Amino acid sequence: MRVAFTLNGHRVEVDVESSETLLDTLRLRLGVKSVKRGCERGECGACSVLLDGRPVVSCLLLTVQVEGREIVTVEGLYGDELFEELFEEFSKNFAIQCGYCTPGMLLTSYALVKRASGGPLRVSGDHIVKAIEGNLCRCGTYPRVVRAVSRVLERRLPSGSRL
Amino acid sequence: MYYKLPRIEYYRPKTLEEAVRLLEEVEGSKVIAGGTDLLVDMKTSRAKARALVDVNSIAELRGVEDLGEVVRIGAATKLQELLESPIISENLPLLRAAVESMASWQIRNMATIGGNLCNASPAADTAPPLLAYEAELVIAGRGGLRTVPITKFFTGYRRTALSPTEVLKDIIVRKSEWTGWGYIKLGRRGGFTLSVVAVAALARVRDGVIEDVRIALNSVAPTPVRAYRTEEALRGREVSRDLLEKVARTVVDEISPIDDVRSTAWYRREMSYRLALDALTEALGVK
Ligand SMILES: Cc1cc2nc3c(=O)[nH]c(=O)nc-3n(C[C@H](O)[C@H](O)[C@H](O)COP(=O)(O)OP(=O)(O)OC[C@H]3O[C@@H](n4cnc5c(N)ncnc54)[C@H](O)[C@@H]3O)c2cc1C
Repeated sequence: MRVAFTLNGHRVEVDVESSETLLDTLRLRLGVKSVKRGCERGECGACSVLLDGRPVVSCLLLTVQVEGREIVTVEGLYGDELFEELFEEFSKNFAIQCGYCTPGMLLTSYALVKRASGGPLRVSGDHIVKAIEGNLCRCGTYPRVVRAVSRVLERRLPSGSRL
Repeated sequence: MYYKLPRIEYYRPKTLEEAVRLLEEVEGSKVIAGGTDLLVDMKTSRAKARALVDVNSIAELRGVEDLGEVVRIGAATKLQELLESPIISENLPLLRAAVESMASWQIRNMATIGGNLCNASPAADTAPPLLAYEAELVIAGRGGLRTVPITKFFTGYRRTALSPTEVLKDIIVRKSEWTGWGYIKLGRRGGFTLSVVAVAALARVRDGVIEDVRIALNSVAPTPVRAYRTEEALRGREVSRDLLEKVARTVVDEISPIDDVRSTAWYRREMSYRLALDALTEALGVK
């Protein structure tokens, strides 16, 4: 089946079996290697992508289902101000160890900060924990990820207040 | 591990009529909504399908509506949309609490409420609140629409009142004046986990008397269940700690838990009692 969708701002068209997952299309056909193969059953979040701005897992999504939709991976976020800031804080706070969960973790965090910055800021440390529940990190960097994301969010709060 | 899905045909109808027609005409076809149960089951050969009928583009299956006396939830509405819906938080706080406890942000962005019900896992988390609210399910088939109360929907382990060519269209919940609710889900870890047991309770108390009460549980029987006898023992009585402690044990006689990967039958019985006690304490406002 022919499928057309937007990947990181560019229109792509692929010819796939109906049973092909977006994970396979991204990694094997389109060379998007930031999207990691993990559990393949929705539990680990290593294959997360943004679908119309919302985090989803690409292992439980058929490529034919994203016809006309917008997919974003970290490859598409280089140069994005918010993403660069987030990445900087991930590095400064050692929120990356082996790195396998990192692209997914960054995408989920990015979606959270983006959404919090859009409306009135209603985010707390608990929200960060809840947002990244679906991104497993076997190195156990969770507290560092929460710290990194908190720093970015704090900069968006009225001066002097803390998360 | 490297899972491969079998070859399938894929259809994405825009109308309910077309979906029903496809299910009738295409042999071995199945509905796919979020795919978070179905694709996992197909990858592990637990479910088989030759063709998938995607219901995500059927507009009338999406969204939450306040219709005055009732709230209508389209079956293909995503769990995350329910969580973000002011109509749900205002009118159905018990359902909201359950959805909040479900899966992860990624999965909630994909998974639908209808998929959770139609998959009919004993652990389905939207089932206990909807059983307590006594939701009505609107089902579309060749003959048009029919309505089934959710209390008659789960017919056995992973079995429902749906025929293979029918589509769940709406979940209708009547607004009622409940004075309190309680929801507790116990899992093997704090979040992003299936339940070992979950208890949902609704209550209407007037002048210290229990006018009505509803209790439902999951993961403790072949289907999600209501605890009718426990409810009966509470209805019409005066609210007191004593009464609750005497009566809450009754839930243990209304369930038939098993040992499985998440827990043991014994632990589930003990926790069903404890959680029913706590959820009812909250719902009835017992000091
Ligand atoms: C990592 C992970 C975590 C999870 N955590 C939880 C959890 O905490 N609690 C919980 O209860 N569940 C959980 N689930 C299970 C699953 O996400 C939910 O049951 C979800 O709501 C299923 O909805 P879906 O739209 O993805 O269904 P699908 O997988 O698309 O469909 C499930 C079944 O229902 C049928 N179906 C779907 N929609 C309709 C319809 N409108 N009419 C007729 N038939 C239909 C399909 O044919 C299929 O048989 C989890 C799953 C994963 C992968």
